[in-house]
Amino acid sequence: MSTDVNVKLDALPGLDSDALPLEVKDLQVEFRTRNGIARAVNGVNFSLRAGETRAILGESGCGKSVTAQAIMGILDSPPGFVTGGEIRYRGVDLLKLRESQRRKVRANRIAMIFQDALSALNPVFTVGFQLGELFRKHRGMSRADSKVRAVELLDLVKIPAAKQRVNEYPHQFSGGMRQRVMIAMALALDPEVLIADEPTTALDVTVQAQIMSLLAELQRERNMGLLLITHDMGVVADVADQISVMYAGRVIEEAPVREIYESPSHPYTKGLLESIPRLDLKGQELSAIKGLPPLLTDIPKGCAFNPRCRYAQDACRRDPVPPLYQVAPSRSSACHFWKEVKADV
Amino acid sequence: MSDIVLEARDLVKHFPLTQGILFKRQIGAVRAVDGINLQLRRGETLGIVGESGCGKSTLARMLVGLETPTSGDLFVQGRNMAKVGGAERRRGRRNIQLVMQDPYTSLNPRMTVGDIVGEPFEVHPEVLAKPKRRARVQELLDLVGLNPDHINRYPHQFSGGQRQRIGIARALALNPEIILCDEPVSALDVSIQAQVINLLEKLQDELGLSYIFIAHDLSVVRHIADRVAVMYLGRVVEVGTEDQIYENPTHPYTQALLSAVPVPDPKLRGMRDQIVLTGDVPSPANPPSGCRFRTRCWKAQEICAQQEPALAVRQSSAHPSACHFAEVRDVVHAQR
Ligand SMILES: Nc1ncnc2c1ncn2[C@@H]1O[C@H](COP(=O)(O)OP(=O)(O)OP(=O)(O)O)[C@@H](O)[C@H]1O
Ligand SMILES: Nc1ncnc2c1ncn2[C@@H]1O[C@H](COP(=O)(O)OP(=O)(O)O)[C@@H](O)[C@H]1O
Ligand code: SF4
Ligand code: SF4
Ligand SMILES: [Mg+2]
Ligand SMILES: [Mg+2]
Repeated sequence: MSTDVNVKLDALPGLDSDALPLEVKDLQVEFRTRNGIARAVNGVNFSLRAGETRAILGESGCGKSVTAQAIMGILDSPPGFVTGGEIRYRGVDLLKLRESQRRKVRANRIAMIFQDALSALNPVFTVGFQLGELFRKHRGMSRADSKVRAVELLDLVKIPAAKQRVNEYPHQFSGGMRQRVMIAMALALDPEVLIADEPTTALDVTVQAQIMSLLAELQRERNMGLLLITHDMGVVADVADQISVMYAGRVIEEAPVREIYESPSHPYTKGLLESIPRLDLKGQELSAIKGLPPLLTDIPKGCAFNPRCRYAQDACRRDPVPPLYQVAPSRSSACHFWKEVKADV
Repeated sequence: MSDIVLEARDLVKHFPLTQGILFKRQIGAVRAVDGINLQLRRGETLGIVGESGCGKSTLARMLVGLETPTSGDLFVQGRNMAKVGGAERRRGRRNIQLVMQDPYTSLNPRMTVGDIVGEPFEVHPEVLAKPKRRARVQELLDLVGLNPDHINRYPHQFSGGQRQRIGIARALALNPEIILCDEPVSALDVSIQAQVINLLEKLQDELGLSYIFIAHDLSVVRHIADRVAVMYLGRVVEVGTEDQIYENPTHPYTQALLSAVPVPDPKLRGMRDQIVLTGDVPSPANPPSGCRFRTRCWKAQEICAQQEPALAVRQSSAHPSACHFAEVRDVVHAQR
């Protein structure tokens, strides 16, 4: 399904096809609101290889979607502003590009699917028109050819009777089918990176299972990098290679999936894993993390997690913010006491 | 007194489907709940699971009296709610209270927390004299782990988990014996979810409450429930103890549902006996003939289209299962 029309991306300054498809360094985003400055993202670092699935895990409000929006260049601005950091696609810092160049990268190389498919699709156009539009606009295809491609895509995401359904409107599709349509739109131009922001949160488990297996299959076929944003630790355990855990706008722990479940080395990650109901805990109290996440207009000094942390000591309540300590070759934790936490089982 | 505090017999709720604006005529009905039998025993937690639209909330609303059944009977502490007099019905209603799903929209933003938690006393003024209510509200706030001094605050000043506690305090105001929780933790983050689940369990122990706990998260239900009923398209397809349902499910739908739940342990990746269902849930306005699950069932035979399987104990199922070919398939164990 690779595209035939040559997309003029080689004109991008500094493009290096050997560099990683996505690299985010020390990203900072703030919202300037009436109630003050909300530092929604303050230090996000990660990279994504071709064919790799990286999960971004964290509770609501920790900055997952804002990170994704900043990467896509679709931040609500104002009030949102990227105030620092780098977002590199194959070596090119997207934050330094002109909007027209950026838009090309966005449409062709990095695509995104959203939690709520219904609001992401246009209700007044047929599904086929919206899919075809991508080929007409970005590949200069004719109406007839683009229609053929639209049907192919619906087939690809396993929508039954694609030939007929291509003429229907989004509201005529079920939730799971709309999510498939959105995946089809995201994959239309053969992106190297797919960002999926809570793609199955609004769906039932049986439908979630269908969508996740579809995504995994398409990713494998195309050797795409998948950035999976979610709060579901079951889904992460099922599909991710690497995990970045976010808290109050920062990545506080990063590790390969198996290692993080086996030996979390940040108290927040550990707390999250412990609060999942498990079979052997039936009839017992669940171990909840006490308290609430901080307001982003008023993030605690030192470690943002310190008011809720059972390992906290004086050093945690003072600046500077704990740096990302190297725990193992591909692991890091932003906790001064990660050694104790990791050893504590 | 009998051990059964709440019972539904053949409970049905059909919503008419109409066409036309001026001259509405009925062109069919959404069979949201279509013949449900349930029993809730004193002090137990009955979990209800099933996919979106299968009728869980409609059932809950009938059980608490917010929705009038199209047909069927509802017994609260042995009294048929349709047959008893007004005063007794009010007493029955008082005894069963609802905690709703969405802590963001279920509380009136213009009322203070004190007014919200004390509102049931306005509806049932006989329960507590006016001068005593403020103190009782503060006691309730304390009971659910909120600061009693926050009685004059508004809902938006609280987080999602705290708002859910407000909803629980309100449900407890009239000292009910039965609490119906409709997705009480679905909108909350896991760490906050655990706090609310712990609270519900503590209250059950302290106050001797019976719970009906509706949720789509099967691991949460497993944690809290003694017995579990599985719903599909307006009907209960399988019911049993937590162990029977999770360890020895006999209905294909239950098996598919359980097998679809991702396990939070990467070591078990790929080892799950995962049944991926094809197709969508049919419309409740036009359910399939015979067994309602047959359009998605991999075991369906001719008889499944002709004859509706009864929810009954069978030779191959020690607990009630509505499948002609019920048999144990241990999908959860296959994970270990
Ligand atoms: N007032 C109403 N009028 C018409 N149809 C309704 C009404 N309320 C519910 N329904 C329909 O009845 C069916 C069952 O709805 P219900 O809200 O009970 O589902 P549920 O199991 O609680 O789903 P969820 O998991 O999404 O909360 C659905 O098809 C729904 O659209
Ligand atoms: N358009 C906006 N205006 C102001 N604040 C915003 C806006 N979008 C997001 N935020 C804030 O940024 C923070 C992170 O949000 P988000 O990334 O959406 O969280 P999540 O991790 O749940 O995806 C939240 O505090 C949110 O309220
Ligand atoms: S740095 Fe201190 S407060 Fe932060 S997570 Fe580690 S121990 Fe807890
Ligand atoms: S009765 Fe038939 S269609 Fe229904 S669940 Fe059993 S085997 Fe499947
Ligand atoms: Mg989000
Ligand atoms: Mg509901």
